[in-house]
Amino acid sequence: MAKTTSSQQQVLKGILGIADDIYKSILKKRQPEVQSPLRALANVKYDPKAGYFELLGKMKARTLTASSVKTFAQMLRMLSLSKDLVGTNDIATKREAYYVSKNWGEARFREQPESDSVMDDIEAMLMVNREQIGYIAEEKGGEVAGKLIVIDTDQDTGKEIRIDCTKFGSGAYSVPSTVEHLKFETDAKFILAIETAGMFQRLAKHNYWKKANCILISLGGVPSRACRRFIRRLSDEIKLPVYVFCDGDFYAYASIYRTLKVGSGNAAHINKYFCVPHAKYLGVTPQDIIDYKLPTHPLKDVDIKKAKDVIKNDPFIKHYKEWEKAINLQLSMKVRSEQQALAAWGLNYVMDTYLPEKLKNSKTWLP
Amino acid sequence: MAQTKLSEVNDSNKAIAHELAKKQRDISVSQFFEKNRHLLGFDNKKKALMTTIKEAVDNSLDACEEARILPEVSVEVIDMGNDRFRVIIEDNGPGIVKKQIPNIFAKLLYGSKFHSMKQQRGQQGIGISAAVLYAQLTTGRPAKIVSKIHPKEPAHYYELHINTNENKPEIVKEDQLEWNKEHGTKIEIDLEASYQSGNQSIDEYLKETSIVNPHATIIYTNPKAEQIIFPRATQDLPAQAMEIKPHPYGVELGMMIHMLKDTEARTLQSFLSTEFTRVGSGTAKLICENSALLPNTKPKEITREQAEKLFQGIQKTKLIAPPTDCISPIGQELLERGLKKEVNAEFYATTTRQPAVYRGNPFVIEAGIAYGGQQPAEESIRVMRFANRVPLLYQHGACAVTKSIVQTAWRNYGMSQSRGALPIGPCTVIVHIASVWVPFTSESKEAIAHYPEIIKEIKLALQDCGRQLASYVNKKKRIHAESAKRDYIETFIPHVSDALKTLIGFKDDEKEKVEKYLREILEKHRGQLEDIDFDPTKNVEYDEEMAKIGKSSEDIEDVHVEEEVKKSKKKKDEESDE
Repeated sequence: MAKTTSSQQQVLKGILGIADDIYKSILKKRQPEVQSPLRALANVKYDPKAGYFELLGKMKARTLTASSVKTFAQMLRMLSLSKDLVGTNDIATKREAYYVSKNWGEARFREQPESDSVMDDIEAMLMVNREQIGYIAEEKGGEVAGKLIVIDTDQDTGKEIRIDCTKFGSGAYSVPSTVEHLKFETDAKFILAIETAGMFQRLAKHNYWKKANCILISLGGVPSRACRRFIRRLSDEIKLPVYVFCDGDFYAYASIYRTLKVGSGNAAHINKYFCVPHAKYLGVTPQDIIDYKLPTHPLKDVDIKKAKDVIKNDPFIKHYKEWEKAINLQLSMKVRSEQQALAAWGLNYVMDTYLPEKLKNSKTWLP
Repeated sequence: MAQTKLSEVNDSNKAIAHELAKKQRDISVSQFFEKNRHLLGFDNKKKALMTTIKEAVDNSLDACEEARILPEVSVEVIDMGNDRFRVIIEDNGPGIVKKQIPNIFAKLLYGSKFHSMKQQRGQQGIGISAAVLYAQLTTGRPAKIVSKIHPKEPAHYYELHINTNENKPEIVKEDQLEWNKEHGTKIEIDLEASYQSGNQSIDEYLKETSIVNPHATIIYTNPKAEQIIFPRATQDLPAQAMEIKPHPYGVELGMMIHMLKDTEARTLQSFLSTEFTRVGSGTAKLICENSALLPNTKPKEITREQAEKLFQGIQKTKLIAPPTDCISPIGQELLERGLKKEVNAEFYATTTRQPAVYRGNPFVIEAGIAYGGQQPAEESIRVMRFANRVPLLYQHGACAVTKSIVQTAWRNYGMSQSRGALPIGPCTVIVHIASVWVPFTSESKEAIAHYPEIIKEIKLALQDCGRQLASYVNKKKRIHAESAKRDYIETFIPHVSDALKTLIGFKDDEKEKVEKYLREILEKHRGQLEDIDFDPTKNVEYDEEMAKIGKSSEDIEDVHVEEEVKKSKKKKDEESDE
């Protein structure tokens, strides 16, 4: 395996630092304690200049007590695994890490969410992202079609591989779980990030990217970290504008779009890398539902609850009066609509009419 | 038409009334008993044997205590075949003077106890003579009695029948004989009966009697000719129960009229102050005022209407509660010792309440709880009821004790309980009521009547024990949680040190040091763990052989079988773990 990089050295130093602190406390017969930032929306603020959720600095301390001794042991075991992974330049998926714990006897994890949570804690403690401490998600990054050449390296030969995303026919290129090593070439004018696989397939099959000169990326619900990082790098390095095309509901606005643009409360310590501050919300907006006379579904109680919660607690939505207005408008309409509802006007209406009209008129977008 | 018919009916009525009159005559108590033997506890053969022994033993214990003699009672039951049994009960009591022997044993409703307000076992003077009558009815054989009152006096021997028409003793044989005993009484009765061991048996009755009468020795020979001795556990006789006069609130109108006729007092005022407790001449005058009667009215001349006025006048007058020093409870300590003898439990709590009063009668409630240990956890609790030191084995459903237990919220004390049912749990509850007059629901003295004052006192006593139990159960829970937590810490300390070792790379002896320090850090504030695990050998009072007496052998086998099942199950579990 390759030699460890300086960033990996940094991570190893962090891991040893934590272990050493604990060790020293024990030798002094003091209760060891580890600190990590509180991972919640309550501990982030939206800074429009930086463009993402920033940590407020509330810390969560975990002290070694009789009741926390198990999680403490698990955390140290996990750190030790991480040290091995980083030291040997290896990786483990979150699921694999969970299975490794099965060797730990009584300290093993019962379900994967337990190991994921310990992993998130370590990540936050070290203020790094999961991939840097050797763990990757098994979730796929998203699908790409259109005018983009991705330059990857062959694991065996180390040679460059050029992947042309126009050459996948009716299929698509899959974003890998780590994207830092990729390079890009493109002459596209913008990126269209699409919530559902169904809409992505329609646009990809009809080569919409050719007509609009763009890159299509499917998010598949809330975008994975890799997908967010992939779009971010395109947005930063090639200065491409990013337009987001989702369902017209609160989940799309406040979970999918907001996470893509400014990050999440849960992983606030890494939002810096995993956000796309320049993304714009193209549609479907509440106003679109009216303007395009889209077929709708009535709002359920959970939808209304989510909307009210978002207006009250989400620092991003609270920052933009436009979003607040839009969400209140939709609450008064008492309906929601899906992006595929545009098919009510004809299957290709979305390509022939909706998207061209929306792209032309930036006033119909939301920030 | 209707007219004629009516007159016809009238005519025939007259005729029938004359016919009926020919049949109408006195019914003697004895004849009444012949037809209503269940009222006195002779419902069936099994119960007849029990009631006979119970009445005789009660009398023996009462007599001994009254004479301040440490009782030694021998009970022998001989199987004569054909459902006939011979019962011989012998005591070392003061004996009975010759003249009284026939009346006491062969006349129903004759005795010293009915008119006295005193804590004792017998009340009506009906029990032993009822047994004699039952024996006479079922076997036709006389009761044989020997009694001796002093070493220098001869023993008197009687064979007695009861003349059922006149409720009078009939002396079949009378004699004097030598009896190698300083004093005492012996009765021998042949009766139709059936013997069963197990629940509600003679064995259980005698055992429970010995539990609440630790000053008595009981020697029991069962029909299999096996002798069981319940030795006395204390040389101290219970404090002598004082006789008190009735309290005005506790006397009913009929009783009052009877007392007015019998009294030797010349005026109403002196009648009240001499025949009742808590009535002085001032109070007596006040009662007379409240009854609108003259204090110098002659008691014998008071009419029924005046008596009723007097009765109401008494209710209107405020009176001091009766004295309560006339009650002699068993006492917390002896009650607990008795419980320990019978039940091998983890925890015992007993309480003796302060005296209280129902309907003018003072009474004391005592209660005890034995929890955990070898008792089954999935069954209803076991209840032992006692009244004036007599075990109550029948009719538990009708008893105030059962009602009070059911009405107590046992969930507060760590047991499960469905609405209106006895609680479920590894527990034995013992309740004793001591009173100058225990209100039974029937003459067979099997269940205590539901007086609100009594139920309230029983509940308070149970709650007192229950609170002690709850604090024990909670302590046990805490200790269990604590020891579980310590195991938990022990489990994960090596993981912490292992992980630190691989992370930092220290040596094995360093690892041991880390583990030692971790243990100190984590257990710093935890203190010493108290050992509360049940140790069956800890209770030195427990008498396993005795505890088995009066339990059906099936029950005992069941316990063994369950234990076997548990053992084999445990074994299986262990195997499958491997």
